[in-house]
Amino acid sequence: MHGFGREGRRRRNRPKAERDLVPPAGPARWFQRAERGLREFYVAPYRRVFARAKRDEEDLFMMLVLSEALGVPNPASGATLELLPEMLDRMHDWHIRQGLDRSPMDGMQCC
Amino acid sequence: MDAPNSLVLAVIGVAMMLAGYFLYSKFLAKRVYKLNAEFKTPSHQFEDGVDYVPTNRYILWGHHFTSVAGAAPIVGPAVAVIWGWLPAFLWVTLGTVFMAGMHDFGTLWASVRNKGKSMGALSGTYIGNRGRNLFLVVIFLLILMVLAAFAVVISNLLVAQPGAVIPTWGALVVAVLVGQAIYRFKWNLIVVTAVGVIALYGLILLGNAYPISLPEEGAFGLTPNAIWIILLFIYSGIASMLPVWVLLQPRDFINGVQLFVGLGIIYGAVLLATPTVVAPAVNDAVPADTPSIVPLLFVTIACGAISGFHGIVSSGTSSKQLNKETDARFVGYFGAVGEGLLALGAIIATTAGFQSLTQWREVYDSFSSGGVPLFVEGGANILNAGLGLPQGLAATILATMAILFAATTLDTATRLKRFVIQEIGQIAGVKIPTLAATLIAVVLAFALTFSQGADASGGMRLWPLFGTTNQLLAGLSLTILTVMLIRKGRPFLPVLLPAVFVLFMTIYAALVQLVDLFQAGDWLLFTIDIVIVVAATWVLLEAVISMLAAWKGPKDPEDDVALTEDQKLTTT
Repeated sequence: MHGFGREGRRRRNRPKAERDLVPPAGPARWFQRAERGLREFYVAPYRRVFARAKRDEEDLFMMLVLSEALGVPNPASGATLELLPEMLDRMHDWHIRQGLDRSPMDGMQCC
Repeated sequence: MDAPNSLVLAVIGVAMMLAGYFLYSKFLAKRVYKLNAEFKTPSHQFEDGVDYVPTNRYILWGHHFTSVAGAAPIVGPAVAVIWGWLPAFLWVTLGTVFMAGMHDFGTLWASVRNKGKSMGALSGTYIGNRGRNLFLVVIFLLILMVLAAFAVVISNLLVAQPGAVIPTWGALVVAVLVGQAIYRFKWNLIVVTAVGVIALYGLILLGNAYPISLPEEGAFGLTPNAIWIILLFIYSGIASMLPVWVLLQPRDFINGVQLFVGLGIIYGAVLLATPTVVAPAVNDAVPADTPSIVPLLFVTIACGAISGFHGIVSSGTSSKQLNKETDARFVGYFGAVGEGLLALGAIIATTAGFQSLTQWREVYDSFSSGGVPLFVEGGANILNAGLGLPQGLAATILATMAILFAATTLDTATRLKRFVIQEIGQIAGVKIPTLAATLIAVVLAFALTFSQGADASGGMRLWPLFGTTNQLLAGLSLTILTVMLIRKGRPFLPVLLPAVFVLFMTIYAALVQLVDLFQAGDWLLFTIDIVIVVAATWVLLEAVISMLAAWKGPKDPEDDVALTEDQKLTTT
């Protein structure tokens, strides 16, 4: 959405990367602002619900990755082992959420 | 008194509410709640991008308003004008200015000053553990009542306006498609909104051309009302368990847009048609089954004059998104004004939408004949006169609008009820899975609805009881506010006087209904009413105890002394 008239033409003739950097003017800006406002109106009431669902999913995934350490046999341990370093950062929040004061894994203590 | 023009009514009403906003809410903001633009609101203090998000005040107002406004401010006034237009008009306007606005604004402020905690948590802080349990009981009852009352409202409308059947159920399909268009196909939201609204109105045209009525003698030994109610509960049970993005979110959105369209249509039509109010100012020939105006008026119209439910929204979500404390005045107070306007529109539609006093008396021939169907009928006449829409189409539009509001409330409430049941289970040490909790919620509401007879004809006994519970909640919240203000050594009468009034009317109304229900032999509602009376008396006692304690206790210091640098909002 880049507007009409001379301003809009100038904008369209710029290279794409540059075009995206410059905020559009006139009716286009208006349109963009209306879209943003409307989007906020759409998203905000359910933000919390989504965040919670995402967190639940993450918790399940974390349990899969750590299943071996928790004593659950894991046929895909080769694949999940590779993910461990990636998951380490999020480990602390996770074990607190699960009601564990300390990390359940011997080799990996975060607090 | 000469019959006034409805335009005069609208202008006076709107002027009163605006004066309330510009004068009274300013007084509240300065002297009572003492808003401080420097105060660091929870949205900044705990900003997490999820619950706590500083939000532009106009957008926040939009959410707040659409969350609090539903079918209730239409149903209440549509029933209550049976006593004449004047009592309903005065209660809605004065109630909005001095009670609802103050209450919604106040609960928002109280929550903001307490880390965005909900009123339930605050009742624990300011009244003690008993206060908190009391709150759970009242909420449990309130949601149950909402489910039963709204199912009756919708089923009545579907029977009275068969044209609304296709758009009502078709709107669900539109909502699902809107959700898909946004999340799967990533359409531009403005385009989606436009297409969605056009599709909805297309369905209204279609429904109007092909009305669907269930056979009058019913089926399976059930009346048409009963069949609709069963379908509605099945729907709400399923809808409340679907992932929210599939149905609830897009439907809430379309409804929000629709709410503004609807208010515009109604007030635009009144402006153009300027119909005369045919109903008497005070009805001196009320139908025989009409209960006494005091106290029943004050519980029949709850939403639109003062409603405890708003405090749940204020303190549950809005307070966590308030950018600056000074925005609370606009978001809280003006949110109540928006709902007051909806109630005022309902009063005008049901008192000026008919040809003559005789015709008005014919439709308002019994206390239980009032309600949304008459709002639709009267409103359609005004839309017809003002905008030139065919009568039938106008009725279908209004009926669809009212049903969509009520249906949103229905499935959101089913969802909330499920959480409350799971929470109660947790306290009892039982984990209740989602499906089971939903089933319990639906079956409970179902039992309550059908305790009113298989045709759900006793829905009007349920409505005042719903209002009573809602007012009880408001009284509880106002009590908490009063305690807070006493502790701070601020003027508290602007909150205490309405609290006393609301609690008095609640207990009075609950007692009056107790006698009625006893005589009618309606034992289920009788039992519920007893719980309400006990809870209300309890609130009253706790209120007096905690207010006395606050009165004697040391006073909290004001901001200029107490606010640390850390609690200040640093503008970057």
